[in-house]
Amino acid sequence: MPPSAAEAAAIAVTRFGLGARPGEIERVGADPRGWLEAQATPAGAPNPPGQFVASPERLHQLLAYRAEAAETRQARVATPETGVAMAPASAPGSAMAQDVAMTPAMGDPAAEAALAARRDSRREMTQDTAREFLARAQLGATTDTGFAERWALFWANVFTTSATRFQSAVFMGPFEREAIRPHVFGKFEDLAAAAEQHPAMLLYLDQAQSVGPNSQAGQRRNVGLNENLAREIMELHTVGADGGYSQADVTEFARALTGWSVPTPRDQGGNAGGRGRRVQAVRAAVAGEPGVNAFVFRPVVHEPGARTVLGRTYPEGGREQGEAVLRDLARRPETARRLARKLAIHFVADDPPPALVDKLETAWTRSGGDLAGVARALIAAPEAWSPQPVKVKTPYDFVISTHRALASSPTRVQPLQQALVSMGQPAFSAPSPEGWPDIAADWAGPDALVKRLDWAKTVADLAAPSADPNAVAAGALGARLGERTRQFVARAESRPEALTLFLMSPEFQRR
Amino acid sequence: MTRSFAINRRLLLGGALGGVSLAFAGHASAQGAGEGVGRRKLVVIVARGAMDGLSAVVPHGDANYVPLRGSLAVAAPGQAGGALDLGGGFGLHPALTGLYALHQAGQMRFAPAVAIPVRVRSHFDAQDVLENGGEGLRQQDDGWLNRALIAAGGPKGLSIGAQTPLILRGAADTSSWSPGGQVTGQDRIAALLQDMYVDDPLLGTSLARGLETDAMAMTVGGGTPLRRNDVNGLGQAVARLITGEAGADVVALSVDGWDTHARQNAQLQARLTGLDQVIDGLREGLGGQWADTIVVVATEFGRTARANGTQGTDHGTASSLLLAGGALRPGGPIGDWPTLADNRLFEGRDLAPTLDVRSVFKGVLRDHLGADRAALDARVFPGSAAEAPAVDGLV
Repeated sequence: MPPSAAEAAAIAVTRFGLGARPGEIERVGADPRGWLEAQATPAGAPNPPGQFVASPERLHQLLAYRAEAAETRQARVATPETGVAMAPASAPGSAMAQDVAMTPAMGDPAAEAALAARRDSRREMTQDTAREFLARAQLGATTDTGFAERWALFWANVFTTSATRFQSAVFMGPFEREAIRPHVFGKFEDLAAAAEQHPAMLLYLDQAQSVGPNSQAGQRRNVGLNENLAREIMELHTVGADGGYSQADVTEFARALTGWSVPTPRDQGGNAGGRGRRVQAVRAAVAGEPGVNAFVFRPVVHEPGARTVLGRTYPEGGREQGEAVLRDLARRPETARRLARKLAIHFVADDPPPALVDKLETAWTRSGGDLAGVARALIAAPEAWSPQPVKVKTPYDFVISTHRALASSPTRVQPLQQALVSMGQPAFSAPSPEGWPDIAADWAGPDALVKRLDWAKTVADLAAPSADPNAVAAGALGARLGERTRQFVARAESRPEALTLFLMSPEFQRR
Repeated sequence: MTRSFAINRRLLLGGALGGVSLAFAGHASAQGAGEGVGRRKLVVIVARGAMDGLSAVVPHGDANYVPLRGSLAVAAPGQAGGALDLGGGFGLHPALTGLYALHQAGQMRFAPAVAIPVRVRSHFDAQDVLENGGEGLRQQDDGWLNRALIAAGGPKGLSIGAQTPLILRGAADTSSWSPGGQVTGQDRIAALLQDMYVDDPLLGTSLARGLETDAMAMTVGGGTPLRRNDVNGLGQAVARLITGEAGADVVALSVDGWDTHARQNAQLQARLTGLDQVIDGLREGLGGQWADTIVVVATEFGRTARANGTQGTDHGTASSLLLAGGALRPGGPIGDWPTLADNRLFEGRDLAPTLDVRSVFKGVLRDHLGADRAALDARVFPGSAAEAPAVDGLV
């Protein structure tokens, strides 16, 4: 059954977007589809506001930090570097449990100073990442282009990188700003190329360590191929596990990708500590062929020769060899089919109507992967407009849509992170390259509900003094507010109770 | 602006409740030195949800009471489950045994028919008026009790609960403390949600199972369960926050769950028992300081004189208001009883108010806390000089 005009306006903001701020549904009212379409611009999705470092600068910081680490290690018995900046149990910028183990030798001032410097660098980068997350959440809470934001977050989740490893954690913010958002309404293969060549991805999936066995470096030292990036590109970012590739294809692709890297001090023949760390880091960077966003292609580790992947041969080459394989994977029909289905699951239903998936796939293949065209096909599909709320909100969705409903915005990262951790979705920290799951069973479990209720109660207590619960409910859901919920809210005993009921209502827990 | 220094809950729950006053003292001393014991203490309990005043203070002597209330009527004193006789045709609900004992000792009084100055039927709006002390809706965005702190020369305010209620919000700094921890299955909100989720098997089942698990897991400190309905313990905890040199002087506390639209007898029995136990716990915990304390129990409006079709009552107008404490001067009912005669009911359905709730508040603030008379009329309860003169002789 098609939605009424009022329902359509509400659906545009609450299902396609991140939830309604007061008055937003009315503003959209006249032309919900037009409002959505206008957001699919070639310029991409807007960036969170604020001053943040770009990848090259962040890389310098990381290299300096690693050099300090190397020094510390050499000053005493080595402890392996562990790297978790935003592990679920800790909030960003808080106690750095990993460093506790690195106590300096007794009474060694130089080592202690080095350790202190190292802690400071780590803390600074961790805090930067926390700031980035806060900025992104603030954008989510206040944006007028909620569809573009949801779309961008979807693609960031497809190309998951995660803060579960320190070296990628510090690039999470730059990754979304540099590699994802600018490309989300362009061609998919361009998005893929930008994502796979970003330091966040290269570090997350160990690509920077991958060395072709027959390359110059490979022959000199006992290091080898790392297939992680190649496999994840095929399995998660393009054709999918049943996309028809074999283990041999993975290995060939991995060989083609050797050389895709970021500069590291190690490649300068080891760094025995001492002066000139930054100089050495810069030298390392120019030793290869720099690309965008602190990418560098290093011929010394590139596996020579032609490569054959999925039946196609790629002549010997540098960076473009791996990129050619990537783009071909991006263009395959299996990729279109698989990602069309993921889109349908995310935006519409856990088990989407096949007709919807077909429409998205068709728009994709007909346009050569033009994501703006796919977005428009989604907006135009009647299946995307059924009035019933079916998609359970993720914790991030829930928190952001709550802020929007209350016309507020998160001001500090720690409570935000604590809420998300308790609900099972720690900031920037998807547990695996698969990213965050997207169906009800993953988010509506027993403990998750209780945690959501605890948080809703806290928020309701804070917001109650200045909120009219009936107005909040009406403003946040419009025509999607059911009569049963409306009555529960209106008849509640107190404002906090009314707001809690609203935030936990079936309609608000879904979109 | 009100600043709330939320006390670390874990600190309080981790050890014996005796640790509570230490934590508060730590915060309070950051604000300035305390003035020692002997300060007057005031505890305002806001009963949210429209407490049925006719059941708390039963007008058993009124000929229309039983006909109007039918099966909801509390039996007359002397009968099984009968009211506890206060004299003059009034009795306390049988659950209020502690308050009755206080009455017999001259430490409890009641006003049988008070109301806020405007007629509204919405809980939220009426609570706002009750708490902001204004003449009408949306007149103040701070609370009369906060303004009273200033008018009374700086007693220390404390709110119990996760967030400072309107009654204590305002220019004077106050503290806050929150008992208990997570929402549990016994909480009203959990029951409401289960009801709301009746057509939502996914959320309904999940929440039920989640709360079950939580209940099994919830222990405190050395394995002693802190039950959410341990209201006597809550009263004692609040008392500890008051006693001692740096303790709170003025406390605001909410008790929910009064909106008895259906099957009210059982619910009221439970709620009134809880209320009685909070006050009893307070009295016990305050020890000698009970002699300097007054407790006020007020609600935003009362309930209909008649029972409705679901063995409950609906939103009304006047309700009874309760006062307890060692600092009270013994006396009879405060304000007139309008009777439940048909032609005396407000709009033919509710107990009519004969006293403005602000008058009772003013009487307590002036005579117990020493608030300045003129300030009470001008600032604490603006516009109330003529409409709601302070009640005399309470203290």
